[in-house]
Amino acid sequence: MEEKKLYTLLVYSENVAGILNQVTAVFTRRQVNIESLNVSASSIPGVHKYTITAWSDEDQIIKITRQIEKKIDVVKANYFTDDQLFIRETGLYKLATDKVLTNPEISRTVRRFEASITEVNPTYTIVMKNGVTEQIIDLYRALDAYDCVLQYTRSGRIAVTRGTQEQVSEFLEERENSINQ
Amino acid sequence: MLKDKITGSKALMRALQAEGVKTIFGYPGGSIMPVYDALFDYTRGEKKCFDHILVRHEQGATHAAEGYARVSGEVGVALVTSGPGVTNTLTGIADAMLDSTPIVVIAGQVPISALGTDAFQEVDLVGVSQPISKWSYQIRRAEDVAWAVSRAFYIARTGRPGPVVLDFAKNAQVEEIEWEPRKVDFVRSYVPYPKLDMEAVRQAAELINNAKRPLALVGQGVELGNAQDELKAFLEKADIPAGRTMLGLSALPSDHPLNVGMLGMHGNYAVNLKEQECDVLIAIGMRFSDRVTGNLKTYAKQAKIIHLDIDRSEIDKNVKTNVAVVADCKESLPALTALLQKNDHHEWRDSFKELDEKERVKVIEPAIHPKEGPLLMGEVVNTVAEQAPRGTVLVTDVGQNQLFATRYFKYYENRSICTSGGLGTMGYGMPAAIGATFGVRDKGTNGEHREVCCFMGDGGFQMCIEELGTIMEQQAPVKMILMNNHYLGNVRQWQDMFWMRRKSFTKMLNPCYEQIAKGYGIPYMAVTDRQQLASAVQTMLATKGPFILECAIKEDDDVLPMTPPGMNVNDMMLEV
Repeated sequence: MEEKKLYTLLVYSENVAGILNQVTAVFTRRQVNIESLNVSASSIPGVHKYTITAWSDEDQIIKITRQIEKKIDVVKANYFTDDQLFIRETGLYKLATDKVLTNPEISRTVRRFEASITEVNPTYTIVMKNGVTEQIIDLYRALDAYDCVLQYTRSGRIAVTRGTQEQVSEFLEERENSINQ
Repeated sequence: MLKDKITGSKALMRALQAEGVKTIFGYPGGSIMPVYDALFDYTRGEKKCFDHILVRHEQGATHAAEGYARVSGEVGVALVTSGPGVTNTLTGIADAMLDSTPIVVIAGQVPISALGTDAFQEVDLVGVSQPISKWSYQIRRAEDVAWAVSRAFYIARTGRPGPVVLDFAKNAQVEEIEWEPRKVDFVRSYVPYPKLDMEAVRQAAELINNAKRPLALVGQGVELGNAQDELKAFLEKADIPAGRTMLGLSALPSDHPLNVGMLGMHGNYAVNLKEQECDVLIAIGMRFSDRVTGNLKTYAKQAKIIHLDIDRSEIDKNVKTNVAVVADCKESLPALTALLQKNDHHEWRDSFKELDEKERVKVIEPAIHPKEGPLLMGEVVNTVAEQAPRGTVLVTDVGQNQLFATRYFKYYENRSICTSGGLGTMGYGMPAAIGATFGVRDKGTNGEHREVCCFMGDGGFQMCIEELGTIMEQQAPVKMILMNNHYLGNVRQWQDMFWMRRKSFTKMLNPCYEQIAKGYGIPYMAVTDRQQLASAVQTMLATKGPFILECAIKEDDDVLPMTPPGMNVNDMMLEV
């Protein structure tokens, strides 16, 4: 059995209804859990970008990627390991302001983790941290130890490849040229 | 100039006409009534351009569309209403998806203002059909009709073909628009014909040129790519024996000298064993289904694997390949043939003969020429195969009837088999055979007629038995061979072999089929005696129009040889 790794799929699709369903159905069918999912417009007009992470072995992730790319309105699907990507996630921490004020260690921890305080009122204080998964979780654990966390949430991963441009633009150009020939 | 203003329903008629549709299989209902009203004018009188075949159940419409597509190579069309009308088509859609059959299912839908309200006969069709179709789309505005229909046909027929679903909201059926024809022959996100990689072709050619024991596995992809001649040229140049999958049976004629039989669980003995002996395995337009490979852990491990397929997602899905050639085989086969050396593998081919003889003596002869006892399915199929004209289309239902029919029928012309391979849909046979008769008619060249012979068991016959009404009304010339053993035979065989002979709910009390045939006014004949068989088959084939030939079959007739599920292909059994 091949070793399981966290893979990131970057999927580009036409902006039509129902694609998300089709993409996630491929994971469901193969009993692979999606760890995180982010959907947004891409830098190419009319094209949407899905950033999906999942634990899998390479064999499985290749099959999943191909089956996603097979969907008619999916433009391109590729899988990556972390070293091929620049990755960010965001953590939001809602802290009890009275505890933050009475325990200076909490503010020190926020600074040590290079997180920022974005809103303060007498009831709660919002802290935001950009980074990779482990850093965001570590900050949560550190703050939680002071019993000051009212709410915590972590975003899905967003990622760009370490190459120079979105690979999909080249593909689309090629496709458009093929009909003009 | 004033543009022509028409309803969405009429736009659908024009769009179907533009796609060259000749025959539509359908069933009307509330949400598709505007379309049926438009269809009325297009099926009679001066404007007539379609035949509409009223089926008796929507499942029948999809299987008929499948049979039509298989035989004609054109897209089959089914037209149904919303809700139960279209949920009844889901089996056919899934069947077409697994067997790469191009059909377009057009269904009514409640008006968009009622969507999501649980309106009468509303079902989330796009939601339920997406995972089992190639493309599923809701037409919400009349101005989208021309585009959506053209895109649907383009997607259904190109690349690896498959079913497309159009969910046609009622408001869009009645809204008026200015008609503008559309032709979709490009979808930027969809690459139906991947570019041939010549480096892969060179690598494949090198492996084949150095092979001592090459074996080709031929699938339906060859027929779908219309590459039957290219296949022959390829095999003949390098002298490669070829087995065919069940769906690929007519891609290479039965009497071709390089044809070594059928692959799979109940295929031929030699070719199954030789899969474990060959040094280069060349899979062409087939997908290494579990019914072909048996245990994947031991399958063809000694061989270098070359896989030619149009669908990249099939590569390495089940069997790891050494060289993958992802392209239309109409293009890849000639490119590969050009790089092959002429070769002679007669010693390797001769090594099949001993195993073939073993199968002939142990399995084939007793199955097709039994001396005593009740009738056997093999001999019925063989008798029909001996008498049927060369271009005859074989249609089967699913189960033992299918396995015997596919084993013992003979295939001489392209596109002469319709069977439910992937989904294994009981009830497929009768409606698919109806579709096949229309496919034969619409595709007929020089007035050439092809017989359609449909083998069914007593289980499958009853699963879409309502289509006898369609056969009666259309006088569709389906020759139905009902092989009645009063059992769900294939399950019964597995119960006997693997479930301690506990025949749990496989014995069936059957109706009197003679009376049923009489009720539908279809000529009928029963055969209980071996001596009557040949003349009964002759009568059936000589009768114009439909015919039911009921054969009283031995109750515990087993299909052999057999590779038990999950076992190694070389563990194929010749006897129980």
